[in-house]
Amino acid sequence: MKLTLRVWRQKNAGAEGAMSTYEVDGISPDMSFLEMLDVLNERLILAGEEPVAFDHDCREGICGACSLVINGDAHGPERTTTCQLHMRSFRDGDTIDVEPWRASAFPVIKDLVVDRSAFDRIIQAGGYVTAPTGSAPEAHATPVPKADADFAFEHAECIGCGACVAACPNGAAMLFTSAKVNHLNVLPQGAPERETRVLDMVAQMDAEGFGGCTLAGECATACPKGIPLVSITSMNKEWLRATRKAAGGR
Amino acid sequence: MARTVWDSTVGKKTVMAVSGVIMLLYLVAHVIGNLKIFFGAGEFNHYAHWLRTVGEPFMHYEWTLWLVRIVLVAAVAAHATSAYQLSRRDLRARPSKYVHKKPRASYATRTMRWGGVILGLFVVWHILDLTTGTAHPGGFQEGHPYQNVVDTFSTWYGNVVYIVAMLALGLHVRHGFWSAAQTLGVGSRTRDRALKTLANVLALLLTAGFVAVPVGVMTGVVS
Repeated sequence: MKLTLRVWRQKNAGAEGAMSTYEVDGISPDMSFLEMLDVLNERLILAGEEPVAFDHDCREGICGACSLVINGDAHGPERTTTCQLHMRSFRDGDTIDVEPWRASAFPVIKDLVVDRSAFDRIIQAGGYVTAPTGSAPEAHATPVPKADADFAFEHAECIGCGACVAACPNGAAMLFTSAKVNHLNVLPQGAPERETRVLDMVAQMDAEGFGGCTLAGECATACPKGIPLVSITSMNKEWLRATRKAAGGR
Repeated sequence: MARTVWDSTVGKKTVMAVSGVIMLLYLVAHVIGNLKIFFGAGEFNHYAHWLRTVGEPFMHYEWTLWLVRIVLVAAVAAHATSAYQLSRRDLRARPSKYVHKKPRASYATRTMRWGGVILGLFVVWHILDLTTGTAHPGGFQEGHPYQNVVDTFSTWYGNVVYIVAMLALGLHVRHGFWSAAQTLGVGSRTRDRALKTLANVLALLLTAGFVAVPVGVMTGVVS
């Protein structure tokens, strides 16, 4: 395959960026999108040019490190992570636009790499349980209804990649935050911090400068793990409940 | 508690949802009242007069009407203020656009902000036209709403402004009602289809009901 890539190049956080055009040849349809970028980078290095910086780690679709807005879609045209996107999803001779996540809470560090530590601070605000750690407890010690376990697991699938923020027209982190809140709030292990968790995580999300939700639904469409839009509704419900409780209601 | 609600994006959305539902309930009552115009000047004018005497003798003349007006002005103010502040925040959160643009979200979703501004301006004109009579074409007759409505919809611009605003209303209600349900935590996977249908039905009935009046005047059914 022969492709034309238009890639966002930006020297550092303070520099002005721009799209640069590259031609890549000899791309196999079985390569992943990141392997295609590796090929581009090898050639750039051999030509004495600066390689394109992009985030990646496990390349198995489970770590949430890779990003990239490809032709206007977070993680590209398939509903998966960029590392699991293969070049067979494109056609020979295509022009592909590659851009970083765009959100003021995710500033560009270099080229296609953005700083996602705002997500870490949202987790630090309440995305944990204060339970003794160590070896796994006996499984029957804390019974969890099947429906709750499924609900928790569905939300626990969130890998925190930030595609929801990148896709959202408001740069909102509602889908990410709701996945983390719902995952723990439905379980007995998360019950002690049920109210403080949702209030603190939403407050941190606001403090990081993410936008608000207008229910455009772009986040859920982009999510490689299929976190549903209704997850946000569940978090809103938890937030209202916690606010009522904090005010002395029931 | 009020402070925590107002300081949070989720809280401001709650304010938007509650004020929106209040306005929506008012619109349902409003459209039912409007349709009495098809039963003649007598019934319509009698209904309009009754609006001022609702609640008597417990309430004094026009007290209920003013109570409704105060609640509505508060709802509009709360809705607009939170919409303005949330929109400012949303635009700040996404300062740089993608080079590769794609059509995003539904038309109703994308037009919420400007549609809301259009509706706000419409309400100002609507009150100046048919409540105070300041912007009324021809002579505004206090206590003769039937004739006033016919006068307004006998002008081309009266029809255009009204019908455009009602189409904007339909779009706004379509996304707004469903969104309010999500914000208030009422939505769920099983209820989603029902809520979307209800939003569409409400939007359609409100728009059709309101637009029926200028269409009635234009076609001579109401004169």
